[in-house]
Amino acid sequence: MNGLRIAAESTPTAPVVPGRRVGWRRVGRFMAHRPGLVASVLIMIVVLVAAFAPGVLTSADPIVGVPADKLRSPEAHHLFGTDQLGRDLFARVVYGTSLSIRTTMIAVAVGLVVGSATGLVAGFFGGWIDEIVMRIVDVLLAIPSLLLSLALVTALGVGTVNVAVAVGVPTIANFARVMRAETLRVCNAVFVEAARSTGAGWWWVLSRHVLPHAWGPVTVLTTLEIGVAVLSVSGLSFLGYGATPPAPEWGSLVADGRDYLATSWWLSTLPGLTIALTVLAANRISRALDGEWARVR
Amino acid sequence: MLRYLGRRALLALGVLWAAYTVSFAILHLLPSDPVEIMAAGGDRIAPDPDRVAALRHEYGFDRSVAAQYADQLVGVLRGDLGRSVQSGQQVTTMIADAFPPTLALTAAALGLGILLGTGLAVWGTYTRRWWLRQMLLALPAVGVCLPSFFVGLVLLQVVSFRWGLLPAVGDHGVRSLLLPAVTLALPCGALIAQVLARSLTTALGEPYIGTARAKGAGPARIHLRHALRNAGLPAMTLAGVLAGNTVASAVVVETVFSRPGIGRIIVAAVRYQDIPVVQGVVLLGAVTFVVINLAVDLLYPLLDPRIVPVPTRVRMEGTV
Repeated sequence: MNGLRIAAESTPTAPVVPGRRVGWRRVGRFMAHRPGLVASVLIMIVVLVAAFAPGVLTSADPIVGVPADKLRSPEAHHLFGTDQLGRDLFARVVYGTSLSIRTTMIAVAVGLVVGSATGLVAGFFGGWIDEIVMRIVDVLLAIPSLLLSLALVTALGVGTVNVAVAVGVPTIANFARVMRAETLRVCNAVFVEAARSTGAGWWWVLSRHVLPHAWGPVTVLTTLEIGVAVLSVSGLSFLGYGATPPAPEWGSLVADGRDYLATSWWLSTLPGLTIALTVLAANRISRALDGEWARVR
Repeated sequence: MLRYLGRRALLALGVLWAAYTVSFAILHLLPSDPVEIMAAGGDRIAPDPDRVAALRHEYGFDRSVAAQYADQLVGVLRGDLGRSVQSGQQVTTMIADAFPPTLALTAAALGLGILLGTGLAVWGTYTRRWWLRQMLLALPAVGVCLPSFFVGLVLLQVVSFRWGLLPAVGDHGVRSLLLPAVTLALPCGALIAQVLARSLTTALGEPYIGTARAKGAGPARIHLRHALRNAGLPAMTLAGVLAGNTVASAVVVETVFSRPGIGRIIVAAVRYQDIPVVQGVVLLGAVTFVVINLAVDLLYPLLDPRIVPVPTRVRMEGTV
């Protein structure tokens, strides 16, 4: 669990070229030329608000419905319509966001912490440690990640936290690979050699010199994996392995709407669109962090 | 060549063994007790302890983990994956019965995805109209973001229910294969298009393109004969990796369209902690991945004569 502490101690704010200060005017100019990116950031903000303060977006109750209002199509009063029990679908999507996004965050955190810690150790120490870690990573990559997740759900049982772990474990391999490659690159740098030659201990070199410089690509991968994890989490929840029924979740909302597909299109389409938009926004932000920002001066 | 083949096959077997071991470790070392669930038979009442012990003995869950592992590994080598805890059926027969529809779906989806991805990438890099190019090359980024169950349900809603063109559920031959295959092909095609468009753009800037143009080759010929052939390799590698994942994604798509197949057995098996079945399906996924990648590796020299199959540590070193 050393990786956890390292990560917490020295986290650069953004994967920018070291030594370059982030000026607000530059951010403004960068965003002004990219309306899609602005929209993506706005979507992510709304999603985060829904995840941590659902009450701000809706006053309706996600669990208790009004039976008389069942299966209403979208209108001003019910933005996303109502379901077969007369529950407001918009409220269910908003409250579902908190479960889905928290599950996603746990999943990404599992992959990020375990994966980058093992990748860092493998790349820094090399030798047989590296050999063993990378062989395990190869094997994890040979099992399709959804099947690996299903095996983990079988072993752990259903539930949101278990789904999060099941989605997070297969991503460990990706994080470990990226972190190892970057660590290998940084370890060859002159400043690492200089630090070593002044007699710095391995812990000091690792935490003060290697990690801060190897961090960038992993940050980009994290934003990319958020999108992937949202898809996997909602996929498992669609199959029915997530939260227990009355509690709403993005994937299970889509699954619930299946029975009313022919008559009430909004029941599975609108939660599905929410998932798609969130993933789209996360991927767009990831692309902006990955090189686009550094290329534009 | 034969030595190379032998080496690759051996390496593939090693990966399969490791994958099986990982799935065994996950399923047997983590807390879960299939026997309790089975003995309870879906009721909430506490199961009879004698019956639990008898079942535990019958399925070999009462022995040490090492003994179970050794036993099962020998069984796998003989083609015996054990019996389902739920139904008592042989896992091998269950998978053999369920695999053909899944295989048909996966093959159709991969074929369609490769066609779609290649078409999109070629068209997007070929056209001179900048707006069309922008639009075509932006499509794949959207395609990878769509959850397959959502795409499937929208297709069902529009094509089957609103237009009444294709059957919604069940197995009616090719007509019912079409919608699931399209659903599964979209993310595949999007990924292939992304990779292929990027390598096509790089290939079109290479000096040999200038040479071909100087010799009087037309734009279509340059694009398809010279650039595409050189740019195809990364996309082919990707298609190999995608094959394993497509089998896995078929689980979700089969559930959406209520199709028979691997999806139906594993979705139930996960819920009832039917360890032998889950393990069999995981092994099946790994086998698909390994076999397809072996095939792709052997195809490389045909596409690009510069790649010579040398008996070195091909995969082991090239993992970075």
